[in-house]
Amino acid sequence: MSATSATLDTPVRAAVTRGRVTQLRVVRSEWTKLWSLRSTRWSLLAGVVAMAGLGPLIATFQMNRWARLDPGDRLHFNAINTSLGGYHFAQLAIGVLGVLVLTGEYSTGQIRSTFMAVPKRLPVLWAKAGTFAAVAFVLMLISALVAFLATQPILTQHHVQTTLGHAPALRAVIGAALYMAVLGVFATGLGALVRNTAGGISLFAGLLFVLPGVVNILPTSMQNAINPYLPSVAGATILSGTHDAHTFSAWGGFALFCGYTAVVLLVAAVLLGRRDT
Amino acid sequence: MVPAARTAHTGPMITVENLTKRYGEKVAVDDLSFQVKPGIVTGFLGPNGAGKSTTMRLILGLDAPTSGSATIDGRSYLDFEAPLHEVGAILEARAIHTGRSAYNHLLALAQTHGIARSRVNEVIEVVGLQDVARQRVGGFSLGMGQRLGVAAALLGDPRVLILDEPANGLDPEGILWIRTLLKRLAKEGRTVFLSSHLMAEMAQTAERLVVIGRGRLIADTTVEEFVRRASTGAAVRVVSPQATALRDALTAKNARVDSIERGVLEVHGLTGQAIGEIALAEGIVLAELTPVQASLEQAFMQLTGETVEYHAASTDEPTTLREAA
Repeated sequence: MSATSATLDTPVRAAVTRGRVTQLRVVRSEWTKLWSLRSTRWSLLAGVVAMAGLGPLIATFQMNRWARLDPGDRLHFNAINTSLGGYHFAQLAIGVLGVLVLTGEYSTGQIRSTFMAVPKRLPVLWAKAGTFAAVAFVLMLISALVAFLATQPILTQHHVQTTLGHAPALRAVIGAALYMAVLGVFATGLGALVRNTAGGISLFAGLLFVLPGVVNILPTSMQNAINPYLPSVAGATILSGTHDAHTFSAWGGFALFCGYTAVVLLVAAVLLGRRDT
Repeated sequence: MVPAARTAHTGPMITVENLTKRYGEKVAVDDLSFQVKPGIVTGFLGPNGAGKSTTMRLILGLDAPTSGSATIDGRSYLDFEAPLHEVGAILEARAIHTGRSAYNHLLALAQTHGIARSRVNEVIEVVGLQDVARQRVGGFSLGMGQRLGVAAALLGDPRVLILDEPANGLDPEGILWIRTLLKRLAKEGRTVFLSSHLMAEMAQTAERLVVIGRGRLIADTTVEEFVRRASTGAAVRVVSPQATALRDALTAKNARVDSIERGVLEVHGLTGQAIGEIALAEGIVLAELTPVQASLEQAFMQLTGETVEYHAASTDEPTTLREAA
């Protein structure tokens, strides 16, 4: 460090406009924080590439092997599910980033700077969850739309394509973005509960990816009873092109997932105000 | 925001009343009460683990007190609508995300209060970080990190500054810089409260001292008074070519005598005059006779000796005020 001698002459005080903390200002601050980290940009890029790219890739693969496919597979082929298949991977990117939005601040100590600026704390949680949900929604809407529109021409090869005019298709594309946005809030809430990156990501992965596997080894009758209530299953009904007897309706399942998210966020909010940092 | 009767800078009082903080069984802060006045630098002194950082976190609303209160201008930090304009703080552990640039870190803080970007650039210049402002904080040295902390603390032009070990990791030039800065901020009328375990640093920066050990108040006084109080019963330094003979003569009068080096004694329990008379009676030549005033370090050690949480191994214990072998 060298440039110090001159700074002693610099006035410490200048005309500083004295404003108070508002929710909108905290949102602006969190927007800056979100985009000024490399990890955010990489995670979001991974999510976008997966969401937009995997559907067309899988479709190409399916069409090339169409003649050799099992007749059952051909019968149950769904143009919506194929084009939006990238969500399986994208939800990992969105979830991990959602957890990091808060745990990244706890692990570095940044949270103390944040709470000194916003001592009421809750505006920070709302701003983080809201900003991230909005970013996830917009990026995933574009990605899902790209995936859908890029996949359909590939599917014309064997005339199994669909169009956005087809009601479930439009709902599924918008639904994919809605699911990712709420998933981001869900993960942010988990991060706020656990306040530790490794713990938060483990909890997220456990609930979203491990739990379905565990349920899968239960007797079928129990599987059918429990499965619809799993966060991943309930949430994904809104972006699914197919529904069987053992899942909730598109909006019903999604509403349940929103309920889970609300519970996680509220518990996180209560604890956030009370805990020492 | 600022009452018209005051000048823009006049800082408020920090008032800590019967403040107690327990973490499980461990009492980190124990019924602590003191006030920090505006217009001067007040030092917060205590050994590591004494509860300085905890007290500061309690003042800043980061931890909730078990009982008691800490207020600024009579209000809890949690009630401030624009805390960055009231209080600027640096905490001991760097409270900055390492993946963000210095500029973006400050900008995000500024935006919570609607503070303009021009002010962000201004504080970056004040602390001399303009060349590295766009680099990730993770690559910063400890000293650069402290400068960034100072920039964040100054961002809202606050009337109160609370700094936990601000000199930590700074080079001598940086220490001089922060010392000058803090003194000037205090002279402008602000309330400046800084902690340190480095006594020498405090002696040069602070006017008043709040000294704690094991979470309890040990002294709340001026630096001068603190040193004077600790100096009572201090030693007299005697230089004599006949040190051995003098030693025997003084020991015979029940004085405690330490040999500091060849020909130099430190005498406890006798005044300079008494030593002079004994030397005259014994026909011993005295080359030098000086009362020893305890340094702030020694005063600190003497007053906090019993309250240091983790005692050093006996070989590391300071011997200056104790019986040397």
